[in-house]
Amino acid sequence: MPLMEVKNLTKRFGGLIAVNDVSFSVKEGEILSIIGPNGAGKSTLFKLISSFLPATSGQVIYQGEDITSMSPHLVARKGIIRTFQETTIFRNMTVIDNVVVAHHLQSKASLLGFFFGSPAARSDEARFRESASEILDYLGLQDVKEMKASTLPHGYLRALGIAIGMAARPKLLLLDEPFAGMNSDETAHAMQMVRGIRDRGVTVLLVEHDMSAVMNISDRIVVLNFGKKIAEGEPAAIQSDEAVIEAYLGREDEEVGY
Amino acid sequence: MKLKKIALAALFLLVYLVVIPLAFKSKTYFLGVLTTASVLSVISAGVWLIFYIGRINMGQGGFALVGGYASAILISRLGCSFWTSLVGAIIVTVLISILIGMPLLRLKGVYFSMITLSLTETARLAAQCFPALTNGPKGILNLPLPGALTIGGVTLIPDFATVDKHLALYYLGAFLLIVVFAVLYRIVNSRLGWLFRSLQQNEDLASSFGVNVPRLRVIALAICAAFAGVGGAFFVTMQQSIYPASFTFQDSTNFLLYCFLGGLGSVWGAIVGTFVLFISFEMLQGFNQYQPLIYSLIMIGLMLWLPNGLMSLKLPWLRNRFFCVPDPQDEGKEER
Repeated sequence: MPLMEVKNLTKRFGGLIAVNDVSFSVKEGEILSIIGPNGAGKSTLFKLISSFLPATSGQVIYQGEDITSMSPHLVARKGIIRTFQETTIFRNMTVIDNVVVAHHLQSKASLLGFFFGSPAARSDEARFRESASEILDYLGLQDVKEMKASTLPHGYLRALGIAIGMAARPKLLLLDEPFAGMNSDETAHAMQMVRGIRDRGVTVLLVEHDMSAVMNISDRIVVLNFGKKIAEGEPAAIQSDEAVIEAYLGREDEEVGY
Repeated sequence: MKLKKIALAALFLLVYLVVIPLAFKSKTYFLGVLTTASVLSVISAGVWLIFYIGRINMGQGGFALVGGYASAILISRLGCSFWTSLVGAIIVTVLISILIGMPLLRLKGVYFSMITLSLTETARLAAQCFPALTNGPKGILNLPLPGALTIGGVTLIPDFATVDKHLALYYLGAFLLIVVFAVLYRIVNSRLGWLFRSLQQNEDLASSFGVNVPRLRVIALAICAAFAGVGGAFFVTMQQSIYPASFTFQDSTNFLLYCFLGGLGSVWGAIVGTFVLFISFEMLQGFNQYQPLIYSLIMIGLMLWLPNGLMSLKLPWLRNRFFCVPDPQDEGKEER
């Protein structure tokens, strides 16, 4: 059984069909990339899966359960955690505090327990700090732990976003353009990071523009164009797929001869 | 650091609970002003908490009015004691806040503020339009002072009629202020505070790692309303009367200003703001028609020189661990 299945998912914004009858499945332990030209509906698809947008029709089945249009926090509780395209972080907190807060789901204490400082709440606190520290070390953020997030150099922000996602102990991590705006060294490092996350037993679904990175890192690729899925398969197959080349480069007009 | 904090708290309590009552024992007017400042701080604390989750509550006067009426009706019509009515006022305001909070808190930013703006007016009109319950525009008058509070045969608090009324009310106000701010401090410094801060900074990010954002927002509003209920009930007993205009839109704005000018980064901002502004307003009474003018100038000055509130005054012993210094980027916008 696949970890997650997307069935005939459609999203309309008025007259615009942003995602049109898209179906694919995600196997446990793989890195699956969603690519496509600008405006192909990748980010919308992402928001539909993580329930940040309600779907017009179709289903998202996760571990055999229909999670379509559930509240985002409930989807997160099931183990599907998304990161954000923009550098969305808690700017006024320190780096480590960002990650500590994100451990929310592992909390054993109740809200009243927090208030009265029950033993469970205190042990949570210590556990989260330790785990946050470990995640930051792992993602190479050990030197900036105590820095305020808003003062962090740009290169670290995306790693922090991923650290926040990791803190929630995802089974399926949705990464929104993790390599955008990086130079080749940084991309190589980030790719290493994503592979490492997969090796920790997390299935990774990513939306990305950087073709060489996608070809390099993905086990499988889903290609979207104008909201429709036009291809799905392993990187080598995608690279030679007619429809994909057409979507990215355009088609030769045979009559005119160009 | 910790010792300094304790020393500071002890000093504050000494002045607040011993020095002031001794010094102003005979000046009942000024003692009354301080008591009012205490109760207004309690109500402002709720507004501060809503600021803390990233919303602006312009309807706190409405909640205070509801709390006040709940207490007054319980006392005058059902013959409850002040102490029972205080609990009743909290229950009523919390229930109402949950009921209206669930739909209203879906609104963000200015939309939430605009709709809460109408709450005070709604509460006032409701009080006017149900004379069977609220006695309409005439209000509920001649409420008794709090009676004795006896639990298990032990008199915890004597009947207010048998002691110095002004001093007793001052101490009751002080007690409520200390309890409410202890609760607020505890909220902010526990993991609840972390969650509220995460809502303040980015609700989407918070829900992405499983925080039930709508529920938490309603909880914050319920706490806010409970503070208004406490404050409203006490205010009514202090005045021994309540009218539909006891808390107006003007008061809602004032609570907002007290928090804003006191400082949103620190729990104590709401107290400092309320005491400084409310007392300075009262002290300007002598200037007659110039009172609002001078008061406004003070507020404008505060906004210009201390845009982050009175608590951002660079006094080393006032620094709070959770003082949220604004982003350098945002600061750049403010400095021309």
